[in-house]
Amino acid sequence: MDDIWLQALSILSATLRMATPLVFCAMAGVFSERSGTIDIGLEGKMLASAFAAACFAAVTGSAWVALFGAVIVGVSMALLHGVACITYRGNQVVSGVAINIMAAGLTLVLGNAWFGRGGQTPDLTPDARFMPLKFPGWENAAAIPVIGPIYSFVIGGHNLLVYVAFLAVPLVWWVLYHTRFGLRLRAVGEDPKVVDTAGISVTWLRYRAVIIAGVLCGFAGTYLAIAQNAGFSPHMTAGRGFIALAAMVFGKWRPWPAMFACLLFGFLDAIAIRLQGVVLPGFGEVPVELIQAMPYILTVVLLAGFVGRAMAPHALGQPYVKER
Amino acid sequence: MSAAPQVALPRWIDIGLLPIINLVQALIVAGLVVMVIGVNPFEAMRIMAWGAVYDSVAISYTLYYATDFVFTGLAVAVAFHAGLFNIGGEGQAYISGLGCTLVILLLDAYLPGIVLIPLALVAAMVFGAGWALIPAYLQAYRGSHIVITTIMFNFIAASLMVYIGSDILRPPGDMLPSSREFLPTAYLPGVHDVAAWLGIPMASTPLNLSILWAAACCVFVWVFIWRTRWGYAIRAVGLSPKAAVYAGISPQRVIMIAMCLSGALAAGVALNQIIGYHHRMLLDFVAGAGFTGIAVALMGRNHPIGIVLSAILFGALYQGGAELAFEIPTITRDMIVAMQGLVILFSGALAYMNRPWVARAYAMLNRRAVLAEAT
Repeated sequence: MDDIWLQALSILSATLRMATPLVFCAMAGVFSERSGTIDIGLEGKMLASAFAAACFAAVTGSAWVALFGAVIVGVSMALLHGVACITYRGNQVVSGVAINIMAAGLTLVLGNAWFGRGGQTPDLTPDARFMPLKFPGWENAAAIPVIGPIYSFVIGGHNLLVYVAFLAVPLVWWVLYHTRFGLRLRAVGEDPKVVDTAGISVTWLRYRAVIIAGVLCGFAGTYLAIAQNAGFSPHMTAGRGFIALAAMVFGKWRPWPAMFACLLFGFLDAIAIRLQGVVLPGFGEVPVELIQAMPYILTVVLLAGFVGRAMAPHALGQPYVKER
Repeated sequence: MSAAPQVALPRWIDIGLLPIINLVQALIVAGLVVMVIGVNPFEAMRIMAWGAVYDSVAISYTLYYATDFVFTGLAVAVAFHAGLFNIGGEGQAYISGLGCTLVILLLDAYLPGIVLIPLALVAAMVFGAGWALIPAYLQAYRGSHIVITTIMFNFIAASLMVYIGSDILRPPGDMLPSSREFLPTAYLPGVHDVAAWLGIPMASTPLNLSILWAAACCVFVWVFIWRTRWGYAIRAVGLSPKAAVYAGISPQRVIMIAMCLSGALAAGVALNQIIGYHHRMLLDFVAGAGFTGIAVALMGRNHPIGIVLSAILFGALYQGGAELAFEIPTITRDMIVAMQGLVILFSGALAYMNRPWVARAYAMLNRRAVLAEAT
């Protein structure tokens, strides 16, 4: 009994860790897309940020400098997206695809040239990373039966960025729904003309949304490269940006539901490894590939309108042309 | 920002000069990256260009890569004409590989190549079209955004193929997840085989007869898009779905037809890679060609001739990039991937950046020419 309980807690704890980069990216997507700018480039921004974080951490040995560098890179990529989509009114999907492909190529080229380890960055020492935080008294608490391990391993024992990710959700919710900026941001994603008529700059609002998305992607990349892992490895985002995009769509472009979708997808990720080779009664062996594909399948089913209706922001994907 | 995005320009600027400006911009940025690495960009450029054409083997490799890009470029372009962005070429090509592999595994002991290979190609096209049809249906009749669904379908295809490759088709005792090797009857002849029959000696390269299929596809797409009623309907929907409805065209049906064709075109990759070269189903045999197709279609302005030219350019980049990585190990082949991203950025996302100043420059030169003639 105790064994199953501990197993369940360890899955729960792994779910939180797997969901963290998804939460950051999904919040980035919520910001960008609620302002009317499609963000296919989450994957590329996260990958470039992860690479930047690993490089800065390897060179300076400071996790905080790494985080700062990753955010700068994330924002630069976001600004590129902004220039293409907002200023030059280019196709937003094409711009996102370009960012993803450039990030995939450049991280490997630069990584190989600078470190010469097949695209990997050097292994980081613990003080150059965000390490798991030990909550006060965790050792004593772990000894308490049943409830103790929850405190020590589920609530505590994660690195700082896990907490930042889950605190970002109420913050995003508050900004979007309870500030003037958030109201305008949502309005510009629904009907930019109305916002423009009210004398508010559509361009500047959308730029701010895109920049915030870049910052959040920077956090996601930092988490992957120097918190969850001890360095950058080629293609390390492995489609997480698209899973986050799926989670955002699954959450119908709203922060809380998007976070729960991230937790669901994180949970699927956490059990995929544990279910390898397990035979379920009446079903046979579950293919790991099926569980890995589950986030994408669920999103398609949702988008198909079989489970509720996912309504995108009304002006999503349309560049705004000011009347003159 | 001052000029309106759509100023009428002569065709040679739109389809000739602007793509070249985009390419030069991408090359300049790539050159800066190469400089950051500490390599002379002109030297790198020279090795790459020479590596793509220095002898018949290099040219064969360039064309072999280009064949894939023609298929995926056409696939993206046909969907573009209908106003759809098909990011799923990668997954459609991947699944079409399953179609031809299943047919060949079942029948290669019984049928001669001349029957088997066309049959396998048809199966590949049916599978590719089928994989494109689901997102098309969801877009047309359920209103789900095709960009998102085709991205999701790429990942679903990848998972499905890993499962099938490692758990179902893998021959016992083989470590790699792949199918068994086909019998030689199912080999699409290489160009060197054909040359040998004609008595011309040629080194063995992966270049195979699927290049003829690529040429046929180009002609077909041109005729279909610009010379048939369906093509007209596709272009009408791409320009304005509302106007198309008034003309009695059903956008839903057009979406289905365009995506179906798109998936079937992407199936050419399976012909080139599986039937033409590897002779077995391998994991990840598409190797990003589906995404390269986006860059190819954008640079080729969605026209078969432009697509052939830019496919050859990207084929040369792939072959030249391999030589470059061999000569200068600090630059890996991933440089080509970065280059693709830059081309997509400049010729796609930033397409309206160059047009205004090119238009102004053209207007100025034109005025001067007119004045010179008058005096």
